[in-house]
Amino acid sequence: MEIVPVVAFGVVAAIFVLFIRQNRPEIAQLLSLAAGVVIVVFVFGYLGMIVDVITELAVDAGMNTVFLKILFRVIGVAYLSEFGAQICRDAGEGSIAGKIEFAGKLIILVMAVPVIIAVLESILGFMP
Amino acid sequence: MAMDVLRVDLIFQIAGIGIFISILNIVLKQAGKEEQAQMLTLVGVVVVLLLVLQLVADLFNNIRVIFNL
Repeated sequence: MEIVPVVAFGVVAAIFVLFIRQNRPEIAQLLSLAAGVVIVVFVFGYLGMIVDVITELAVDAGMNTVFLKILFRVIGVAYLSEFGAQICRDAGEGSIAGKIEFAGKLIILVMAVPVIIAVLESILGFMP
Repeated sequence: MAMDVLRVDLIFQIAGIGIFISILNIVLKQAGKEEQAQMLTLVGVVVVLLLVLQLVADLFNNIRVIFNL
């Protein structure tokens, strides 16, 4: 039952943010950011376990680990850019958030180039 | 990968700093010291920002380790 402390933590943090926002909106912003980061850091232990399990399964199945590594990096970039964009959006800077998301998409596309090339090559190999 | 604990103390710390600074701010404003109140706000924000920055750096390191970025 690891969800109970997370939920309680989130509710307590939200109440604190509500109180502090009346007088000091800038510190309330930082507090909500800190609460989000604490929850995410807590959950990342489990994420690491899942990543390890998936890697083991892929190695057992004889899958190409290069593509798996690319997949994990893409997930990491997507997560990071989403995180930063949400922080910016919370602070009322929707345009900066949009740019961060755009940068994330572009970087993911660049990272995925080897996969796209591999797919195209295999399709060309099927053709007579 | 070791399980991380939920760091509730950090949230209480930041909330405490926020409440403390808003109370001190009210007191200073009542005493007519507007500049000191401004400075106090700035210092509080910087202190909280340092706390949060350490936390965010922690998060980024975690992501880097897990996803091999």
